[in-house]
Amino acid sequence: MFPRPIQKSSTTAQWLYAVALPIALIVWLFPLLGVALTSLRPASDLAQGNYFGMPSGIAWENYVYIFTETPIGQYMINSLWVTIPTVIGAVSLSLMTGFALAVYGFRANILVFFMFVAGNFVPFQILMVPVRDMTLQLGMYDTWYGLALFHIAFQTGFCTLFMRNFIKALPYELIEAARVEGVSEWRIFWYIVLPLMRPAIAALSVLVFTFIWNDFFWATVLTQGVDSQPITAGLSSLNGQWIAQWHLVSAGSILAALPPVAMFFLMQKHFIAGLTLGAVK
Amino acid sequence: MAQASQAARRWNQRTLAPWLFLAPGLFMFGVYVLWPIIQSVTLSFYDWNGLYNQDGEFTGTFVGTANYSELMTDPAFETSLWNNLKWLVLYMLALPIGLFIAIFLNQTVTGIRLYKSLFFFPFVISQVVVGLIFAWFYAPNFGLFYLLTESITGKGTAILADPDLVTYGIIAAGLWPQIAYVMILYLTGLNNVAPDQIEAARLDGAKGWRMLWYVVLPQLRPATFIAVIVTVIGALRSFDLVSIMTSGGPFGSSRVLSYYMFEMALGEFGFRMGYGAAIAVVLFAIMMIFISGFIWKMWRDEKER
Repeated sequence: MFPRPIQKSSTTAQWLYAVALPIALIVWLFPLLGVALTSLRPASDLAQGNYFGMPSGIAWENYVYIFTETPIGQYMINSLWVTIPTVIGAVSLSLMTGFALAVYGFRANILVFFMFVAGNFVPFQILMVPVRDMTLQLGMYDTWYGLALFHIAFQTGFCTLFMRNFIKALPYELIEAARVEGVSEWRIFWYIVLPLMRPAIAALSVLVFTFIWNDFFWATVLTQGVDSQPITAGLSSLNGQWIAQWHLVSAGSILAALPPVAMFFLMQKHFIAGLTLGAVK
Repeated sequence: MAQASQAARRWNQRTLAPWLFLAPGLFMFGVYVLWPIIQSVTLSFYDWNGLYNQDGEFTGTFVGTANYSELMTDPAFETSLWNNLKWLVLYMLALPIGLFIAIFLNQTVTGIRLYKSLFFFPFVISQVVVGLIFAWFYAPNFGLFYLLTESITGKGTAILADPDLVTYGIIAAGLWPQIAYVMILYLTGLNNVAPDQIEAARLDGAKGWRMLWYVVLPQLRPATFIAVIVTVIGALRSFDLVSIMTSGGPFGSSRVLSYYMFEMALGEFGFRMGYGAAIAVVLFAIMMIFISGFIWKMWRDEKER
């Protein structure tokens, strides 16, 4: 193990480590803590210049205010409308593409695979004008499905990489044995491979959920109004209205951050498994 | 005879099956990713305001390489390119810092799992929120950073209003989640470092820096590779933070290519789709250098198997 386990060091070192950990954490998360505290500070405190001192009270009304006086609730619902179909769509499509690329040794295999991988790293701007134009032409501009369809297509690249490598690591004998038995290819996919994919599906679902929930660029390019803008774009436009009302900006930020944070804590193991794919041999 | 036809059907099934499985994914990817790339490249040779005439015909005019020659003399483009370079270079700091935090946290004391998750927090949060958090942190007069510089130098620095410093301020905000990402990659890597090699090196008297450099880092190579890739991509994709924190200002000094492209195509400068596409093509070309490196490495690994 590297570094040497702290238990093997002197008691002083262990003690120092125990103190250093929480201090380091507080320093690391300081900006976030500051915003969380500001979100609960009464507006009057900020008006009097009391930014960091004792708050005069806990102002839950900041949260009540943004829910009742701004469309933030609608924005969050819009985000779900984009995020959930994208998760389902991208995971389903990539289960099939991943299966095709992992199991069959056809000639164009590696080419198709690299195309998915490369497409995944492309800068968004090279897609922006044509995708926006196409979405407009199809009458899907400013709708949840216009945004979700693009996300499904783009995320399929990353998900294919993941699924393909996951299926490659499964024992190939399973598939061969089934073929000898005369099981059709579709049934092999459905009854043999799919049940083994649960951990991969879980990992990708949380990752894609977080990516899409946090997306800002495509939300700005493909949506416009309160009826379809997701929370990231909505928060940005609210920020334009709340000039220097930091208690509101903070409360909005905390709300926007909450769903992916909750998702991360609930599904931590899967999340990290997905993210660190390839970091170990 | 029956057997032969059955074998033929089998063979057919096995050549056809992969394409059937691929079809929906390939179709979506082709329509939304591959085809738009070709369209953007074509568009970069046109002058187009994004509109169609009454008959639904494209109204752009072919201008050859005029968009590209205009880029050559465009000072805003030059600023963006320089800023992209700053992003690329400074973003690499995420690697040593992430590794350092990973080593710091790679212990087995009570509650360490929670610590690791909390250190990872910034990555889970949207960049929009990260941008707002740092805008608050940098805010003139009361922001913590402003107060800090005021107490050290006697005069507060409003970093987001200073054309010379603004890009560094935004990069620092971007590094926060990026370091968290690199940290988690290295933590996973450290978990898989072969313990016997470490013990053997320890018996040979290796420790500290030498141990890290000669024994641990070579074993972390896969993690480092992924970390470099995601950091380069993160640096070149820096759109959200610039948009949220400064909108490219003050005086356009914090523009990067991704943001400048957006400004040209959809911003207040009018809908210069062709010019925007040309900027996107330049960004794409830069990214392509790294993408091809990545693909080349993957291809080598595939062949080794």
